[in-house]
Formats: sequence, C-alpha cells, structure tokens
Amino acid sequence: MFGAVASGELAFPILSMLILVPVGGAVLVALLSARRPEFVKLAAVLTSVFTGALSIWLTIAFERSAEGFQFVSRHTWIEQWGISWYLGVDGISLFMVLLTGVLFPIVILGIDAHHKNARQEKRYLAWMLLLQAGVMGSFLSLDLFMFFIFFEIVLVPMYFLIGGWGYENRVYAATKFFLFTMLGSAFMLVSIIATAVLARDNGVGQITFDLVVLAEQSNFAASTGRWLFFGFAVAFAVKVPIFPVHTWLPDAHTQAPTAGSVVLAGVMLKLGTYGFIRFGLYLFPEAAWWSRSLFLTLAVIGVIYAAIVATMQSDLKRLVAYSSIAHLGFIVLGTFAITTQSLTGSVLQMVSHGVSTGALFLMVGMIYERRHTRQISELGGIASVAPIFAGFFMVIMLSSIAVPGLNGFVGEFLILIGSFPTARWWTVVAATGVILAALYLLWAYQRVFHGEADEANRSFPEIRAREVAVLAPFIVAIVFTGIYPKPILERIEPAVVTLVQHVESRSGFVEPVPGAVAGTSDQEGN
Amino acid sequence: MPPFVGPEVAWFALSPLLVLSGGGLLLLVVGALTGRWPRGLYAAVTATVAGTAAVLAAIQWSRIADDGPSTLVAGALSYDAFAQFLTITILISVILVVLLTDEDLHESDADGPEVYGLYLMAATGGIIMAAANDLIVLFLGLEALSLALYVLAASARQRSDSQESGLKYFVLGGFSSAFFLYGIALIYGGTGSTNIGRIVASLQSSVTTGGDNALVLAGIALLLVGLGFKVAAVPFHVWTPDVYQGAPTPVTAFMASVGKAAAFAAIVRVLVVALPFYREDWRPAIWLLAVLSLVVGSALAVVQTNVKRMLAYSSISHAGFLLVAIEAAGHRAGEADPGSGVVALVIYLLAYSVLVIGTFAVVTVVGRNASGDVTLDAFKGLSTRRPALALALTVFLFAQAGVPFTSGFVAKFGVIQAAVEERSYAIAIIAMVAAVIAAFLYLRIMVSVWLSGESSDVDGEPDQTLRIPIGAGLAIAAAAAFTLVVGVMPGWLISTAEAVTTYAR
Repeated sequence: MFGAVASGELAFPILSMLILVPVGGAVLVALLSARRPEFVKLAAVLTSVFTGALSIWLTIAFERSAEGFQFVSRHTWIEQWGISWYLGVDGISLFMVLLTGVLFPIVILGIDAHHKNARQEKRYLAWMLLLQAGVMGSFLSLDLFMFFIFFEIVLVPMYFLIGGWGYENRVYAATKFFLFTMLGSAFMLVSIIATAVLARDNGVGQITFDLVVLAEQSNFAASTGRWLFFGFAVAFAVKVPIFPVHTWLPDAHTQAPTAGSVVLAGVMLKLGTYGFIRFGLYLFPEAAWWSRSLFLTLAVIGVIYAAIVATMQSDLKRLVAYSSIAHLGFIVLGTFAITTQSLTGSVLQMVSHGVSTGALFLMVGMIYERRHTRQISELGGIASVAPIFAGFFMVIMLSSIAVPGLNGFVGEFLILIGSFPTARWWTVVAATGVILAALYLLWAYQRVFHGEADEANRSFPEIRAREVAVLAPFIVAIVFTGIYPKPILERIEPAVVTLVQHVESRSGFVEPVPGAVAGTSDQEGN
Repeated sequence: MPPFVGPEVAWFALSPLLVLSGGGLLLLVVGALTGRWPRGLYAAVTATVAGTAAVLAAIQWSRIADDGPSTLVAGALSYDAFAQFLTITILISVILVVLLTDEDLHESDADGPEVYGLYLMAATGGIIMAAANDLIVLFLGLEALSLALYVLAASARQRSDSQESGLKYFVLGGFSSAFFLYGIALIYGGTGSTNIGRIVASLQSSVTTGGDNALVLAGIALLLVGLGFKVAAVPFHVWTPDVYQGAPTPVTAFMASVGKAAAFAAIVRVLVVALPFYREDWRPAIWLLAVLSLVVGSALAVVQTNVKRMLAYSSISHAGFLLVAIEAAGHRAGEADPGSGVVALVIYLLAYSVLVIGTFAVVTVVGRNASGDVTLDAFKGLSTRRPALALALTVFLFAQAGVPFTSGFVAKFGVIQAAVEERSYAIAIIAMVAAVIAAFLYLRIMVSVWLSGESSDVDGEPDQTLRIPIGAGLAIAAAAAFTLVVGVMPGWLISTAEAVTTYAR
C-alpha cells in the first residue's frame, strides 16, 4: 500500500499531519470558550488521540528493511535562504515519533493536573498540544533550519507548563530550564548557519539546510568540522543533559507538574541524544570520532556521578531525575562508541528510558497526590497497605534498573556489549553504573514501600482503575520490549548500519567487529 | 560668475516628503485656527497623511525597480530602493504610533494637533536621513527628527519627568549634533565635498594616489560619536533609559521605531554608501560598539524593575544586533556583491519597529490603568484580566527574544547569517549569547503576566476596568498579526528587501 518510498511524495502527507494536527488542536482549544470546558477537553483529547493513531499507523506502514528516509514530504519554505519544509522518518526517529504520538494522549487523558479554573485547563491543554507538535517536528525534520525552530519552540510550552502548573519553586525552575537550553541553542544556531555557508563553499555549491545534502556532499576541512560539531554538541549536551551542564534538569523535573516531568523525561530529553545521532554523527562523522573520548568520559562521569547523587537524595522525584541523567549517560556512551550494536542499543534505550522513566514519574506523581509529599523519609510501608500499587512500581523500577526480561535490559546490554570493542575502559566503568542503579532504586523502594507504615501512610489508597488504565500501556511496552525486541530492533538496525557506514567512509574509524556478536537472543533481527 | 540655475526637481519622486511635511504644517495651522476637533479626527487625518505617503512610496518602489535608482535635486537626495524601504518602514511605524496616541492624549485632556504635527515632521526628517545623498542634507534630516523628538519627549506637560526627559534628550542630543556636524566638516576638509557621490569619487582617486587621510579618519570618528548617540549604542546610550521612561509611552514607541530606523539608515548612508573605502577603519569601531551594546544592554536590562526602562535597555541590545548587521555589511561595502548585511538590517528594522510599537502599545494600555505606573507589578495577573492582551504581549516579547515563528527570529537569523557569511563568528556568538541574557528579561515580564496574581480560584471574568481603546487594540492586533505572519512566511519580505543594496550616489 505504501511501498518503499525513499524519496518522492505520498498522496497523504502523514508526517506533516503529525505536526499540524496538534497545532490545529491547540488553536481550536484556544478559540473554544472556557465556559464549556467539556468541549475544550474533548477537542484536546480527540486531536491528541488522532495524532497518536497516526503515529501508530506510521509505525505499521513503515517499510522495515528499507534504507533511507521514508514518507518524505518536501516543500520549499523560504526560497531565498534555501529552507524547505522537509520531513522524513527512518529507524532512528520512528520509535521516538511513536512514543511522542502515544505518550501525549495518555498524559492528557490520564493525569489530573488540578486546574484552578476552566480557563487554566484550557491553557494547559493548548500548551500540551503545542508541545506535542514541537517535539514531533524536531524528530521529523530533515532540514537544519526546521529542526532548530522546532527544537527551540518546545521551550515555550514547556516553560509555561513548568511555570504555571509546577510546585513551590516553579518559576525559578522554569526560567533556569529556558535559559540553559536557549544558551545551548545559541551556539547551535551559529553552527547551523555556518554549516550551510561553509558547505556552499566546500562541495555543495548553494545555500541549503538540507540535512542529507549537507551530510553527503560537504567536504569540510577536519578542523572546520570540529568547530561546527562543537556548536551543535553544546546544544545537545545541555538538552540531554550531559555532565556538567545537567544542573537545570533536577530543578526542572522536581518542580514540573507530573505531566511535565513525564513528557520531559519521556521525549524531550531525547531531543539531545537524538540530535547527537542524527546531526552530530551524520553531519560531522570525523569530528564525532575525533572528540569521542571527551564525550565518552563525560557520559561515564554522568553515569557514575548521577548515580551517586541519586543515592543521596531525600526527595523521590529528584532521585528519579538523577537516575534519568545516569541512564542518558549510557545512551551517550552508546552513541559515541559508534558501533552498530551500541548505536542500536542507544536508539532502543531512548525509547525504553522514555517509557520506564515516564512511568516512574507518573507513579511518583500518584504518590504525591495521595500523600502530598515527595520526601522518602515521610513515606514507608506502603507495600503493606497498597500491594498492587507497590507491584506496579516494582515492575517499572526493575525495568529502569535493567533487569533481564524487561525493556531496560535490552538497550543497556546492547550498549555495553557494543561499546566494549571501541571504548573498553569507559564501558567497564559504566557497567558499574548498572549496579549503582540497582542500589539507589532498590534502596529507595525499600524505604518507601517496606517497613512499618506510620499513621499517615496507613491510609494510603490502593491503585485506582483509572491509574491502572494509564499505567497499562507502559507495562505492556516494558514487558513486550523486554521479551520480544525483534520487531523494534529490525526497524532500527538498517538506519544504524547506514549511519555507521557513513561514519566509516568519512573518518579514519573502522568498526571493529562488523555485524553482531552471535548467540544473544536480541540479535535475531539481523 | 554664472547666473544661479535652480536644480531640476522631480516632484513626483519627492511626493512622500511633500505630503508629509505639507500635511504636518497644514495640521498645525488649521488646528491652531479652529477649535478642538471631534475626538479621533486629528489621529485619523495624521494616519491618512502617512498612509498616502506610504502608498506613494510603494508606487515609487516599483518605478525604481523598473528604471533603476537615481539622485534628486542636484544630487541632494537618493531615489533608490533603500530609501523607499525605510520610508515605508517609518510610515508604518507612524501609523501604528498614531493609533496609540489618541487615547493617551485624551486621557490627559491634551487633545490637539501639536503632537501629530510633530510626528509628521519627525517622520519627514527621518525619511530625509534615509534618502540623504549629501551629508548636509543628512544633517538637516537629523535635526528635523531630533528637534521634533525633543519636544515630543516633553509633551506630557503636567508630568515633570516628561519635562526632564525632554531636557535631558535635548542637551545630550545637542552635543551629539555638534559632534556630527564637526565630523561633516572634517570629511569636507578631507575630500572637498559633502555630497556622497563626490566623496566616493574623491576617495577613489585619493586611494589610488595614496592621499592623506587623517582628516577623513577624524571625521569618521566624530560621525560615529554622533550616530552612536542617535542609535543609543553603548557607550553613548546613557540618555536612553531616562528619556524612554520619562517620555509619554506612545512617544517612546515612536523614538524606538522611527528614531532607530532613521538613525541606522543614516549609518548606512554615511559608512556603507559614502565611506566604503575606509571600511577597514570603521568596521572595528562598529564591532566594538556592537559588542558593548549587546552585552551592556542585555545585562543592565535584566536588573530593572520599571518596564519602560527594561525596554529601553533591551532597545540598546537590539541596537547591538543591528550594528552586527552593519559590521557584516562592512566586509564587502562598495563591492559589486555587497553581501547581505544591509538586507538583514532593513528586515530587522521593519520587524523590530512593528514589534516594539506593539510592546509599547500594551504598556500604554496597562500603564494607563495603573495610573502611569509601569513597574512589573502593573502586569501581574494580566492573563486573567485580559487574556488576549496578555497573549499579544507574549507574542511581542518572544519575538524580541528571537523565538521561532515570530518576525524577531527571522530578523535575528538574517543578521547572524550575514555575520557568518563574512566569517564574523565571534560577534555572531556574542550576539546570540546576549540574546539569551536578554531573554531572561522578557521572561521576567512574562512571569508577571502569566504566573503571578492568579489568586482567584473561580473562573475570572475579563476585568472591565482595564479598557482597551479601539486605536490601541487595532495597533496591537495589526502588530501581532504582522509579527506572526512574517515569522511563518518570511519569504516575501526577504525577496523584497534584497533589492535595497543598489544605492543611488
């Protein structure tokens, strides 16, 4: 029905729809009267569900073994500057698009954000839909200019979501988040323009922001490429966030409303790791290879440092935020090890981390709703009063620890095994991070759920049907990915193989063990 | 001695200037002889005059596109796309500001033709600056603009800070005019003419013969001081916060839009058009002014509590961005391919003029309600009281911060691209970082608007005490629409602006 469309246009512009439907929904929500809140909510739910359905359809229609970008949609936007509305999806972005499509309806439907009045709810829904459009646009853009504007525009709704619906220190956290990320983007904008301008003089011949053309046809001097790469890397490093520019994240996460944290951890942080893979490695393979030891080191420091800090946290939400930094360190490790396995693991882990950490933030939000505290010391013995709740938390937490059979294991294992040949000692050190993760999460679980329930915790309500419904998709994704990752891996791998070949052709790098290590169940997709 | 022969005058080419100055004079004379006109009529007449002039300028634009640029009145004025683009920019600003002024004057019971007449005279002066092909003519335009602005700044007669603002501006402005005039004299000494065409011709021959240039260099330095004052570049910016704060808000909007556009047009005429042979000498100076303006403007904006002062400092930071465009233009000034610096500059000027007027329009509406108080507190809870107004202000502030899908982003992108084209990476990065610092300031205003004062737990109805006058509402809506349309579809503006680099000398 859809054929292998590596180029050309489809009759139905599904990728443009994925961006424009939520935008339209946001406008509709903004225009509807706050006096009829049920219509407002209905409009928001329908548009986000429709977007989610489109993303599922996209995943089904995706040609799994085809190389290159699919469903490409391309229109001239600003002719004078060589800018196009240029969208496409491949194995690297496919599952992030799916996650973005599915996560938002769940968040919009499933999380009660406690609005003071109908007008507030209206605003909240409009910002949510705009955020979805922005994140979608970032994952789908194949034009550097377009990527930048989506990458930048997501700050606005997120700023208002944290600042308007967050906890005590929300304005500080929102402002810090906005300025940190914008500072990173400032360097990236200069780099993007410089890339286009210098590529014109070095091989491309005209001003264009087309990612594919720039990556395939440009031939920068090595030093030029390194400078340009650095500009991009600053923006992505802040977004991921990589140690030492991670300080905005714990604040943003702790102060953000549950929905904000879920979206932030689920998809927004992945804009950084995705950026490294899609733009860093693809555009500047030589520079990425040259600077890998720096990023590997920072990634490993992030893994260990964040794990240690997480252990010391007294605030459950902050603990999860630091665990997020540690997990993202693994993704960066896999990215800069540049082997097929490690990159496949990184891409998969981007999705897995989004699912499991998103779900963790959801459950922390549920705890806060019941007890109005996030302090670990004030919680305790919850497993005895709410065993099912504790069970759900346990599964999600184990997936975050990367226990075999759950989704976290597949990604982390691939990253570690794939990184070992090219980044041996970094991998060895990072592997201890897996143990540390078990330490801080299990210890937190023990303090929160085990022991004697005190007066306040004895009335901890059991999980509700609605909450089960919200968590069910996460649990399904966690278990499915853990047991049968093949359908996902076989879609990711062709794109990764192409990328690694591109890096090899452009730098001195040669992948040490091409193909796969035989014998692991995860490799059936090869 | 040959008998004096008057120059040939192309009346149609001068028609925007004639309509504006004639309209201004007529308004003053008829207004003085008749009683008070019905409410809004002064503003309507002024807007009509400015609109007519803008239409004439647009017609001339297409004629220039067909026939090519030329000079007017014996080489005194340029008749080129750059002049027309700036003319239209200035006139759009005038129309928008006029829409704000009516209510502001009516509130203080000062309805009258004077302010409108002065707007038209100031706009005439600004357009002359943009079109000047002779340094003396440029000076005349500068004085026409400045004198009108001095009076306008002091036009709120009951308020002493307005008086103070006018006086301060006058004294310091007088100084800068003197510098500028002395600079012209030295250039005349060095080149033998004040006519830009002849200056270029003279420098062309002296460059080939290796003539003495100390006079010209000193002249450039003095001209830069004078122009730096007019565009409020650091370190010549000290008047800006006080004058912006004291002047009536619509006048502040006028200064920030028309004043800035005219002054930057003058910089282009003097440096890029007249003195391209000295570009290696003036470019480092512009570099320094740009960096200082960006850093100081952004940093000091952040610590203010009065919104008008904040916007004054942010206008200094924007002047820094505009100077980055001039710096970029300086790399290839006078060459056949002049680069995109001036194109980026005019786009920035148009976008900035519209959105700064929009911002000040919201400040006018909010400030009037808070009895002239425009501290951050006056904006608290604006989102509950007036959601549409709050949304418009958000659009303007994000545009000033350079967030995508607004004209402000397109403008900044153009400037950074022009700088990167010339390999001026350092200044491009400094400008972007300064933009981030300045973003903190806009976020502070946004916090007041959206995130504080949401105390009511019930569904708040729009606050009826905060009335949005029709004129101001119209101006805000038009400015917001323009800001978003250019942000999403900037192609037409860019291709229009690309014509401006063919100057008439």
